Amino acid sequence: MAKTLAEKVWDAHVVRKGDGEGANAQPDLLFIDLHLVHEVTSPQAFEGLRLAGRKLRRPDLTIATEDHNTPTLDIDKPIADLTSRTQIQTLRNNCQEFGVRLHSLGDAEQGIVHVVGPQLGLTQPGMTVVCGDSHTSTHGAFGALAMGIGTSEVEHVMATQTLSLKPFKTMAINVEGTLRPGVSAKDIILAVIAKIGTGGGQGYVLEYRGSAIRALSMEARMTICNMSIEAGARAGLVAPDQTTYDYMYGRPHAPEGDEWDAAVEYWNTLSTDDGAAFDVEVDLDTDTLEPFVTWGTNPGQGVSLSAKVPSPDDFGDENAKAAAERALQYMGLEAGTPMKDIRVDTVFLGSCTNSRMEDLRAAADIVRGRTKDPAVRMLVVPGSARVRLEAEAEGLDKVFKDFGAEWRFAGCSMCLGMNPDQLEEGERCASTSNRNFEGRQGKGGRTHLVSPVVAAATAVRGTLSSPSDLDPVPESAAVRVDAA
Amino acid sequence: MEKFTTHTGIGVPLRQSNVDTDQIIPAVYLKRITRTGFEDALFAAWRKDPAFILNQAPFNAGSVLVAGPDFGTGSSREHAVWALKDYGFKTVLSSRFADIFRGNSGKQGLLAAEVAQDDIELIWKELENAPGTEVTVDLVSKTVQCGNIVAPFEIDDYTRWRLLEGLDDIGLTLQHEEDITAYEATRPSFKPKTLPARLS
Repeated sequence: MAKTLAEKVWDAHVVRKGDGEGANAQPDLLFIDLHLVHEVTSPQAFEGLRLAGRKLRRPDLTIATEDHNTPTLDIDKPIADLTSRTQIQTLRNNCQEFGVRLHSLGDAEQGIVHVVGPQLGLTQPGMTVVCGDSHTSTHGAFGALAMGIGTSEVEHVMATQTLSLKPFKTMAINVEGTLRPGVSAKDIILAVIAKIGTGGGQGYVLEYRGSAIRALSMEARMTICNMSIEAGARAGLVAPDQTTYDYMYGRPHAPEGDEWDAAVEYWNTLSTDDGAAFDVEVDLDTDTLEPFVTWGTNPGQGVSLSAKVPSPDDFGDENAKAAAERALQYMGLEAGTPMKDIRVDTVFLGSCTNSRMEDLRAAADIVRGRTKDPAVRMLVVPGSARVRLEAEAEGLDKVFKDFGAEWRFAGCSMCLGMNPDQLEEGERCASTSNRNFEGRQGKGGRTHLVSPVVAAATAVRGTLSSPSDLDPVPESAAVRVDAA
Repeated sequence: MEKFTTHTGIGVPLRQSNVDTDQIIPAVYLKRITRTGFEDALFAAWRKDPAFILNQAPFNAGSVLVAGPDFGTGSSREHAVWALKDYGFKTVLSSRFADIFRGNSGKQGLLAAEVAQDDIELIWKELENAPGTEVTVDLVSKTVQCGNIVAPFEIDDYTRWRLLEGLDDIGLTLQHEEDITAYEATRPSFKPKTLPARLS
């Protein structure tokens, strides 16, 4: 029978078929190939194991890092916030007790868990990957079935290396066309979310397909898969291809020699069969896509950067109308204001969505040789210590510092403000992160989600801007990216 | 896990869609390493507003939250479920739940009951017209009752069964440990292991 990619990966991991029909019908039990752990969602799970006298079944399929709480300044000093320090210390103690590999603050492999896994070559096609973090969908870029789980499930995976999972439906997101200058993967996914809504993907695994996806780099594919959860989908994936293999080859945990050949042979089978049916298909044309930006307080409330702030009356549905009213009030915006007239206080370049080398390079290309708007604060937070080192080797740190931005140490930082990097009440931020929820970046903070190049252009002008608004237009924004 | 069969308590109308987990519990409260004691964290930002529903009697004594569509979107934080439970909520009604939130609820004995939006609207009106009205959520018959309104709700069979029986998930899975061991023996050798660590 013809199968979709997601169904193939699922079927290859069934430890025990579900019991079929009936009131207590058990769902399929799936084996988990890789469990990523961080300090926030794991302490209660480790404690659960301890209380039940259970072992962590597969330390050799588990890896931990510190990211959510870690400061991005003064990392050589003890963490100032005592609760954060305790949580990090708890992770260190737990990893030692249960034999889990940990990359701590200060280690070259420390960083955002979804940057670290792929960077080490631990994320590979056809795997099942879980983590107590909703942005685990990032790893789907490799053709892995990757999903965020809660702490009870974290404990379940620790104890059994499996998960009972409800069957999902499949949705194809067909992205066709070429990208215009200054338009990137972030704009594609923001447009997808605006199209299907924050609940549109609920119960589905998304597969991103089409010429525009094929033309994207691995890091761009990670940006797209990362935000699947913002469309309500627990997982999103892209079929592996030569781009995937080239990215993985030579990474520390990538297979070598004959093992590599065997792996590639298997990976080549990981695409949706001709004739396999998706439950739903959604099309997006990138030929006309413009840089995208959110105006509201959920990631589905987005428009083209050249558009205006919508009016609640633009929404037919009563709930959407009420949500828009509330969002405009929280965001301090008037309907009808051109998005490009909106002034920001802060620009945040970072998060598991956009903090990899390509993101930093793209933003650096925009700001190189320019001066930041003096009223704007800009934070650049590499996704991992390794990314930071690589960026410094290329001199990107100097580009950002000369521009007037702050060059920080790696972590989740201002994406969710669990560390000191937070917005002040009422502050407005152009952010390359993934959530514009009320208070997400700090109590009372206002977030506009944007791509790295829009973030960079915004830092130059002080208002939400696309690279093509700059004078002179940067070279990187003047060349059309050909998807052919 | 405690068994859940039926619950009756004061209904709280939360007329809002997309109640994300950052609203249910802001990230700053996630630094704690315990599984309990999150009642102060529930809707922490909104509760600073005196007009917020949970700051009004009798709703502050509510145990059935009746919310708009797309409840629990965003982060995977199970803390959202712990905070709702610690405050005293036993069940949440919504026409659509985020997948991870729904899963977390099922693990923790908080009933996430999927009720059609039309019925949610009726219940909202009833609760607003007669504050303090109790809502009964019956997991056996999969119905919710509020005043004269009786509406069906959806929940997947497996979660329902586990809630009714109060069963521990890990214990259930470990009954199949032989299957897990057998599967492990078949995994291809090219699949990566985190140990021993290989570094760049």
